[in-house]
Amino acid sequence: MVNKKHNPASDLGNRLAPFLPRPDRRGRFGAYGGRYVPETLIPALERLAADFEKAWKDPAFQKEYRRLMHEFAGRPTSLYFAERLSTRWRRGRIYLKREDLNHTGSHKLNNTLGQILLAVRGGKKRVIAETGAGQHGVATATVAARFGLECDVYMGKIDVERQAPNVARMKLLGARVIPVESGAQTLKDATNEAIRDWVARVDDTFYVIGSVVGPHPYPFMVRQFQRVIGEEARTQFKLQIGRLPDLLVACVGGGSNALGFFTAFMKDKSVRMLGVEAAGCGLHSGKHAASLSAGRVGILHGSAGYLLQSDDGQITVPHSISAGLDYPGVGPEHSYLKDSRRVTYTSVTDEEALAAFTALSELEGILPALESAHALAAVRKLPARLSSNQIIGVCLSGRGDKDLATVMAAAELRADAISTRSRRME
Amino acid sequence: MPQFRKDTAVDDRLRDLFTAGKPVIPFLTAGYPTVSGFVDAAVAACDAGAGALEIGMPFSDPLADGPAIQYSSQIALASGITMPRVLELTSRLSARLPIPILLMGYLNPISQMGFARFARAARAAGATGTIVPDCPIDEAAEWRSASRQAGMANVFLIAPTTPDERVALIDAGSTVFSYCVSVAGVTGVRRDVSESTRRFLRRVRRVAKKPYVVGFGISQPEHVRALKLFADGFVVGSALVRILRESPKPQAAVGVGRTIGALVRAAE
Repeated sequence: MVNKKHNPASDLGNRLAPFLPRPDRRGRFGAYGGRYVPETLIPALERLAADFEKAWKDPAFQKEYRRLMHEFAGRPTSLYFAERLSTRWRRGRIYLKREDLNHTGSHKLNNTLGQILLAVRGGKKRVIAETGAGQHGVATATVAARFGLECDVYMGKIDVERQAPNVARMKLLGARVIPVESGAQTLKDATNEAIRDWVARVDDTFYVIGSVVGPHPYPFMVRQFQRVIGEEARTQFKLQIGRLPDLLVACVGGGSNALGFFTAFMKDKSVRMLGVEAAGCGLHSGKHAASLSAGRVGILHGSAGYLLQSDDGQITVPHSISAGLDYPGVGPEHSYLKDSRRVTYTSVTDEEALAAFTALSELEGILPALESAHALAAVRKLPARLSSNQIIGVCLSGRGDKDLATVMAAAELRADAISTRSRRME
Repeated sequence: MPQFRKDTAVDDRLRDLFTAGKPVIPFLTAGYPTVSGFVDAAVAACDAGAGALEIGMPFSDPLADGPAIQYSSQIALASGITMPRVLELTSRLSARLPIPILLMGYLNPISQMGFARFARAARAAGATGTIVPDCPIDEAAEWRSASRQAGMANVFLIAPTTPDERVALIDAGSTVFSYCVSVAGVTGVRRDVSESTRRFLRRVRRVAKKPYVVGFGISQPEHVRALKLFADGFVVGSALVRILRESPKPQAAVGVGRTIGALVRAAE
């Protein structure tokens, strides 16, 4: 159920259950996760879990991964003090972890690089991926091009239409974009189709999942490949300001940038964390993507976690202005962190995210991705009583170039509405 | 502590499924193309000699199904088929047909109703067991215990990628019989049955102690003849959905009956 008058700052201090550095033997974070997939995939998932563990501990793999993260992706990304935004909003000193400066313009590459290195190690010649906004598709196509792998990206037909620039980028990178016409024709259906493809070609294909979702070991593996975000940020905070932040904020769709950002700080008891979901047109409108804030526990795409669904257990179609948050589920570890209260979850609407988009663009000269604008908007909504010395870290998960059409269209709509209102008043 | 409850026995009709030869088992999506079209097709299939009936419980995200069954699920959901409606239709058909009914569907709608509550309601509606393609045996502990208490059979899937040790595990965990997926892939009509399917089924035969049926891509009498020596029964689904989709109403049930009849003769 929706929390009444939920104030995200009021329960930020609760830290009850322990941090789980890894899921249990069955791939679970508490009650969440698991492997709810067709039998055909079970042996492949078992092998993948073993391969990943082995590679992760292998210095040669780590060296190659770190080298490419540095030389190919351009890491480490900077930690930037948004001085003018901090002054304007007066919620504390806001530091941005600049994942928008990562190659391909978002944190997604950290994960696709790791997974495709695994694919190459395992001798796979073909990779597949699902994508919503196209960011994960582009990041997969990019690394597939770098390693000369065949790449097929499943994308809902509606997303193909509304994310044309990313479709073009994937094609230029040599990937095949397959429009998915089943179901609601968006990210969840693209994910179904990618899983179906993998079931049929599990022998020669590696499935690159884009977030901390899906059957074990994906939620764990993707988190491990993304944790570099927080590891860098933790060092940068200590170097740049001599202490850890008081609060970390990140947006949550599936939740990979948030877990990537939070994980390195999990044991730092003084660091509070806020995950921000998309409230779309408002939690009560029914048009949102806030699985943790307004969903019920269920099973989708191979794991158990919070979901948007009907009373009958049918998955409902989410809504967010940000295509990257437009997903009816969320990673199992987030489901666990919500229950354990180590992370507090809140949500912001399309409107609030757009306002934050504008503020960052105008005050700092940075166009954020609409996903990341949700994290910023949640900072804006923090109570003003927080001291001005409060240090807030925000994961700026991606850049906003991909969202220009959406933002411009929304601005036009608003301008129309204002002129209609003023005409009525005349 | 969970309360101790005695297990309920599985329906005899399901226990006897393999005593009179190799059954042909049609799969029909509940309420597709319409409620009456579905009921007529089920009756026609039974009259044509089907050994059991699989009723598909439509789900919004059927990730083990190909385009034909996805489409039928979408249509059924759009026409208002819910889980309670599926159970109502099951109850109608179980009163009318002498053959055992199995329910096939995904775990989320079942879990939302509650495992125990669903299992009891399904048994009360006359269903004898379930097949849940996104619930592999490793995740099934709670669902199996709810099913056992209600007297509902669990039929687990075996895939060509399943290693021998797992085949043994699945065979032991399935009630009465298990279900072999003919190829690595989703449900759907396929042209022919390959040698690798026969190799796979021979491997299962060496390990399995219970009977097993084969499905996914079975639509022609030749398929049944090619696999007859290697399996104990045959499931046909997408081909029937295709007939229901393409034929006008009165002919549709006749078409389903004819297809089942041909497969039954091939299985004799």
